[in-house]
Amino acid sequence: MTTSPLLDASGVAKNYGAVAALRNASLSVLPGEVHALMGANGAGKSTLVKILTGAVPANAGRILIRGEARDIRSPAAARRAGLLPVYQEPSLIPDLDVLSNLRLTSTPVEPFRAWVRELGILDLDLRDTARDIPLAVLRVLDLARALAVEPDVLLLDEMTAALPANLAEKVLEVVRRQGDSGRAVIFISHRFVEISALCDRATVLRDGETVGVVDIVPGVEEKIVELMLGTRIVKTHVAARSAAEKAAPAPSSPRIAVHNLRVGTKLGDVSFDLADGEVAGVVALEGQGQDELFAALAGSIRPSGGTIEVDGQPVKFAHPIDAIRAGIAYVPGDRSEALAMQRSVRENIALPFSAAFRNWGPINMRRERATVIGAIERLQIDTRAQGEVQRLSGGNQQKVTIARWIAADARTILCFDPTRGIDVGTKQEIYKLLRELAGNGKSVLFYTSELEEVQRVCDRVIVIFGGKLVDIFPVEEADEPALMRAAYGLPRGAKADIGILADPTAHASDAPEARP
Amino acid sequence: MSTSAISPQSVPFGRRLKRLMADRPLIPLVILLVILVVILQILRPGIVNERWIANTIKFAIPLAILAGCQTMTMLTGGIDLSVGTVATISAFIMATQIVNQDPAVAFLLAMMPAVLIGLVNGIGVGVFRVHPLIMTLGTSLIGTGCLQVYQRTVIASGAKIPDFLAWLGTGVTWGFPNALLLFVPLAALIVFTLARTGFGRLLYAVGDNERATRLSGVQYWQVITALYITSSVLAGITGLLYIGLIKAPSLSLAEPLVLPSVAAAVIGGTSIFGGRGGYTGTIIGALILTVLTTLLTILQMPEGARRILFGLIVLFVTAAYLRIVEER
Repeated sequence: MTTSPLLDASGVAKNYGAVAALRNASLSVLPGEVHALMGANGAGKSTLVKILTGAVPANAGRILIRGEARDIRSPAAARRAGLLPVYQEPSLIPDLDVLSNLRLTSTPVEPFRAWVRELGILDLDLRDTARDIPLAVLRVLDLARALAVEPDVLLLDEMTAALPANLAEKVLEVVRRQGDSGRAVIFISHRFVEISALCDRATVLRDGETVGVVDIVPGVEEKIVELMLGTRIVKTHVAARSAAEKAAPAPSSPRIAVHNLRVGTKLGDVSFDLADGEVAGVVALEGQGQDELFAALAGSIRPSGGTIEVDGQPVKFAHPIDAIRAGIAYVPGDRSEALAMQRSVRENIALPFSAAFRNWGPINMRRERATVIGAIERLQIDTRAQGEVQRLSGGNQQKVTIARWIAADARTILCFDPTRGIDVGTKQEIYKLLRELAGNGKSVLFYTSELEEVQRVCDRVIVIFGGKLVDIFPVEEADEPALMRAAYGLPRGAKADIGILADPTAHASDAPEARP
Repeated sequence: MSTSAISPQSVPFGRRLKRLMADRPLIPLVILLVILVVILQILRPGIVNERWIANTIKFAIPLAILAGCQTMTMLTGGIDLSVGTVATISAFIMATQIVNQDPAVAFLLAMMPAVLIGLVNGIGVGVFRVHPLIMTLGTSLIGTGCLQVYQRTVIASGAKIPDFLAWLGTGVTWGFPNALLLFVPLAALIVFTLARTGFGRLLYAVGDNERATRLSGVQYWQVITALYITSSVLAGITGLLYIGLIKAPSLSLAEPLVLPSVAAAVIGGTSIFGGRGGYTGTIIGALILTVLTTLLTILQMPEGARRILFGLIVLFVTAAYLRIVEER
């Protein structure tokens, strides 16, 4: 094995119209290493990956693979050169079953099956239509599909984002072993824990330029954050919540009261309250019914049983408009589900204003402009590419989805994993925003796949497992081990696990990988 | 030309031109229109005069209004193939009912089928989720069938073209076609609706991402039903204008305009996949197609060759235009 780099890119630049996504990026990956690619929002990570894998052409730059200059014009060319990406968004064609998707890329089925098992998914039916498979599993399938063709360089873009802890662990284990076998992995992630456990070196991008390559050693996080943020000063850890950020005093009747809510087979029996002025966290492993809970509260699907009360009045939502009229807004986890990508930032933020029939008439442009600018400033959205939302970075797109409801002044916001795959700085801004909303007397229901966020943002935590409510914690007790236990179906104080494990209705026995 | 030398930045002239065209997609269309007119003038010196211009505009207007129907429906990812039938029905009913009826009554009778077909289209597409192509094709066939039945019932009473419509369709005042009296406010209304009203916004947004609009509280069926009714009413009005221009009611009066109306919208830069486009481009697209037709007519080719050439030019123009506009 030589020590010359497997992949060596330098001077890569890419412009989208007037916006320079990449100015002067370089990346050099040695055989056998797991190489982290890091950078704040819009630093150009995704663009660099797309260039390396032939998805978009670069405007300038040189790419050497095994010392040979290669012109990667298409994803197929990148594949032949041994470069294979797993993008942030699932890439299986939704209307085809898994097997047909494999044939499409002529992926060998047996290795794929083996990898899927290896990655911790034991019950996959290759005849399932991709549309019906949960997001987390789809991402794992994408990874397995890439691994099955044994690429020299595997590019993983936010691979563990939106993965529940048990799947994420398996993924990391497999990625680590890729490095051991002399291949290389380029690993994009915002989670330092993973990077320090996994990677050998990290290349840091800022504003489209490579600003440093560092070896991963203990304590390197501070340095990386410094490099990523440049001159901007952002605290990486929030201090304990100050008194000003504390929730407003809770009124007597809850804003939303959910009683014995059932949705199809996924959500069995969930009851909780959400008060004005609080952020309630929802914690659950992947596919435990949280999607259905949020969809039912947002009016996207009808519950099959139980009641939802808003301000003490029972409600039945038939369409999201009903929920919105009750002041409940839903920010989905998948940004492409919430944004009209070809339209401007302004139109996207103002979209709810035109929804009702009586608002179909002429728009008061001045008033709309003022409202939209207010929301843009509040969320500090980078509006350099505001003509089309699709040209914004992921973090800025996420901000637009939230800004819409700030502008509409929704009383309750249902945030489904809003920080998935966005950079540290934007995450901090979103935490702060959610706290401010609560401080202003709004209420927020906040599902997160990152347990550490709970203590930063929430007042209480609702834990769901197997479609049933496990526990409701005050935030003081919601440290990561406690949440992890609860997420696996073990409530607080259950020291002797025997009782719960023996109870077949608790489904706890389904999770043998649990680390109690 | 040493244009690049005097440019403020060191960006090459070609690139800047491309950037300009991408930012202002109307410019290449206007340039194309001017080129076509110049070619015409070269082939037949003296043909381009005031009368010719008025004539061209007269014939472009019905096409432009129908292309407006296509523009609006295409913005939502749809299409309205029933516009030809609707226009024909309105025209035919007007021409036959005016014989015995008060003009206002005849007008209402003429517009009723338009509203009805629009409503059926809207409900089919918006509520039952039939593909717009199939839905509007279906209502178009049904409408044509009904018109044939209707024709037998009025065969004895005969038809006439109301003077007012003839004046509107063919008249010219001080060099300006009277049809502009109808078209200019109508076009302004469409442009305004698309750019500055909630309904217009929703057309773009629904075509771009229907799920996102649903989560924002938009009720798809309402938007789509209103859209197809609007489209049909516009088509009905076009029919009335067109009968004043052609002056011969027939059962396939406006049918030949359907596919050109789609072509005009596409040439004008509206994406058939939804979410992108506008009406000003469509108007120029309609003018381009009309001038092109004149151009091919004076070439004195056999009909077949003319059609082949027409098709090739439309394909070429659309492809070239998309290349220019989407180059970024």
